[in-house]
Amino acid sequence: MEYIRLQEKLPPKEYRSDIEPTWCPGCGDFGVVTALTKAFSEEKLDPTAITMTSGIGCSSRLPLWMNAFGVHTAHGRALPAAVGIRLAKPETPTIVTAGDGDIFSIGMEHFPHTARKNFDITLVVMDNRMYALTKNQTSPTSRHGYKGSLNPYGNIEDPFNVIKFAIASGATFVAQSYSGNPKHLAETIQAAVEHKGFAFVNVLSPCPTFNKIDTFKYYKGRLIDINKELGHDPSDMKAALELASHALDADFPELEDAEPFKGKRPIGIFYKVEKETFEERVANLQEKFRPESGEPDWDEILAKYRP
Amino acid sequence: MAQTKVIALTGNQAAAEAMRQINFDIAAVYPISPQTELMGFFAEYVANGEVDTEMIAVDGEHSAMATCIGAAAAGARTITASAGPGIAYMVENLYVASGMRVPIVLLDVNRALSAPLSIHCDHADSMLTRDTSWISIFSENAQEAYHNIIMAVKISEKAMFPIIVNYDGYIVSHSIEDVEILDDETVRNFVGPSDIHRIPYPLLDTDKPVTYGATAQPDYYTECKYQQHVDFLKVYDIVREVFDEFAEISGKRYDFIEEYKTEDAEYIGISMGSSFGTLKDAVDRLREQGRKVGAIKIRLYRPFPVKEIAQALSKAKGVVVLDRADSFDGIGGPLFKDIATALLATENNPYLHNFIYGLGGREIHEEEFMRAFDRLERLEKGIETRENFVEYLQVRE
Repeated sequence: MEYIRLQEKLPPKEYRSDIEPTWCPGCGDFGVVTALTKAFSEEKLDPTAITMTSGIGCSSRLPLWMNAFGVHTAHGRALPAAVGIRLAKPETPTIVTAGDGDIFSIGMEHFPHTARKNFDITLVVMDNRMYALTKNQTSPTSRHGYKGSLNPYGNIEDPFNVIKFAIASGATFVAQSYSGNPKHLAETIQAAVEHKGFAFVNVLSPCPTFNKIDTFKYYKGRLIDINKELGHDPSDMKAALELASHALDADFPELEDAEPFKGKRPIGIFYKVEKETFEERVANLQEKFRPESGEPDWDEILAKYRP
Repeated sequence: MAQTKVIALTGNQAAAEAMRQINFDIAAVYPISPQTELMGFFAEYVANGEVDTEMIAVDGEHSAMATCIGAAAAGARTITASAGPGIAYMVENLYVASGMRVPIVLLDVNRALSAPLSIHCDHADSMLTRDTSWISIFSENAQEAYHNIIMAVKISEKAMFPIIVNYDGYIVSHSIEDVEILDDETVRNFVGPSDIHRIPYPLLDTDKPVTYGATAQPDYYTECKYQQHVDFLKVYDIVREVFDEFAEISGKRYDFIEEYKTEDAEYIGISMGSSFGTLKDAVDRLREQGRKVGAIKIRLYRPFPVKEIAQALSKAKGVVVLDRADSFDGIGGPLFKDIATALLATENNPYLHNFIYGLGGREIHEEEFMRAFDRLERLEKGIETRENFVEYLQVRE
C-alpha cells in the first residue's frame, strides 16, 4: 500500500516537535534526528501520518523530539509494536528508532523475524556500542575488552556482527551509516524509508559521555563508503555477505591491514532487494479467500459433513 | 555474637556488601534502573577476585531468571536482581523456578511499571510476584535490606522455594545511611558452605539423575501443585527459625510484622517498605494530639502473616491499609485485600479503609498519612461516607 504523502515538500524543521532533546551535549543521536527530518522532507511524508516506535534507552527517546505519532514501548518491543501498526494502518510510514541494547539484546528475538517476514518498516538503530541510559554497561555490540560498569576489567565477549546477521535473516535493505556524516546518513535513511520492505540502517553513533573508544575522533578518517569507494553493488547478496563478514575487522588490531577495509569501518548500502512485503501477502490472502458475494452458502458447506 | 562495624552505605551498596559476604556461586545480571548500580558495585568485587562468583551479563531479565534456574538446579548458590519492568519480564520464569523448587535469591529494587514510563519507586512490580509461590520479604531501609539478603539465602535453601527481597528504588537503593555490617566469617558460617548436596536433587549428582519441570498431565498436575501448596505453608516456621538464628548472631530480632504503638490503638495504619518511618512519625504526631493510633509494617509479605495480622488487629476499631500499588479491580489495593482476608481469622470486625499512595516515586509526607487516619476515623464514626473502599491519598484532580 502506498504511503500517505504531501503534495509539496515541508521544510525539515516541520518534522521536529517543540520538545528539546534531553541527550548529553555532543551525543551522536542529534545527527540522526536531523537526518530523519531531512529524509522525511525529501520523501514528502505527512507528519500527521508518520508513526515512530521505540523501546527503552537514550536513543529510544527520539520519537519525543519529532512531530509525528510516537509509541514508547517496553524494553525491546519496538519492532512488534511497529508490526501491530503495520497491520492496522498499512498506509502509515512506520519508523522504529532504538538502540543497540534494545534491538540486539533484550529485543533480539524480534529482529530476525520482522526482517524475515519483510514488514515495511524502517529500523534505525543508533549503535553507540554500549548501554548509556543505565550508565555504561556492555551491549552485544561492545568491543572485546570494553570496560563497562559490570566488567571493570573489560568485556570478555566478542561483538555481534549485526550487518551480517541482518542479511542472513532476510532483511531486504541493509545499510550502515555514521551520525557524524549528516549527508550520508540523511541519504541512507531516505533510501531506507523509500524501500518497500524491512529496511535496517545501523548508525554508528558515538556516546561522548561513557564510550571513550568509539568516539567522533576515532571515526574521523576511519570510514569507507562501500558503494562509492569500493563500487559495491547492493543487489549482489554474495558480495554483500562477504563485505559484511569484515564489518568488525577494525575492532581487532591484527586485522588492521586486512582487505577489504584496511582497518576502516564500512558505511553504505550492503544489500537491497525487492520482495513482496508481509502486508501485501496479507492483502493477497484476504483477496483470495474473500467470498465473492455476501453470505457463504451454509447449506453447501454443511452438506460436506453429512454422511 | 558477631563483630560489627557501622559504615555509611546506600541500599545498593549494602546489598552488594551482603552479596560479597555470602559469596554466591552465580550472579546473572541485566541493567535496569534503579538496580544497575547494585550489580555495578558487586561487579567490582567479582573483578577484584574478592568473591568466587561467576557473573554473567545476559540479554534480558527473562534470560536472567532462566540462567538462575539452570544454575540453581545444578546446585549453585544463585542470585539476580532487577526492578519494575524487569521483574514483569521475569514473571513467566518466576513460576517455573518455584514450581521446580529451586532456591534462588532475587533482589527487587522496587520500581513502578510502564506506561507511563517511570523509573521511580512503587510496589507494582512486587505485586506481580505475589501469586508466584516465591517467598517475599520487604525491607524498610538499607540495614534491613542487608539483613534480609543474608537471611534470604538460608530461608530459601531450607524451604526449597525461591525468595524475593524487596527494597524501595531510589528511596532506599540510592540514599546513604548508617548500616551495621557483620563480619565476613559470621555471615559465611551463618549461610553455610554452598555444597551441591544442600539441595535434595542437584542436577550434577550423577548417582541420582533427575529431570526438572517435565510435563504433568491432568492426572498429576494437581498433586504437584498441592505439594507446593502444602510446603509453602511450612515456610512460616522456616522463616521464624531463620529469624531466630539470625537474632543469635546479630542481636537483631525480626518478626513477620512490626508493630508500633498498637497496644492501645483504636486506629491502625499498615504499610510496607520505606514509608513505615513516615507512618510512625504520623502516629507520633497524632498521639501528641491524644489520638489513639498505631502502625504495622509487613516484613514477610509471602506467605502472608495471617495469624499475626489477625492478632495485631484484634482490638482495633478501624484500619487504614496504605498500598503503594493499585489493583484497578473495583475492590482495593493488593495489601488491602490481604488484610481484609486476614481479618477473617479474628472475631473483631474493624472498619477497613484503603488508600493508594506513593505511585511512581511520589513523595509521601507524614501530614498525608495523618490525613489518612483522619479520614478513617470520620468514616468509622459515620461523620463521612464513601463510595468505594479505596481512594487515592495524593492526587491532583
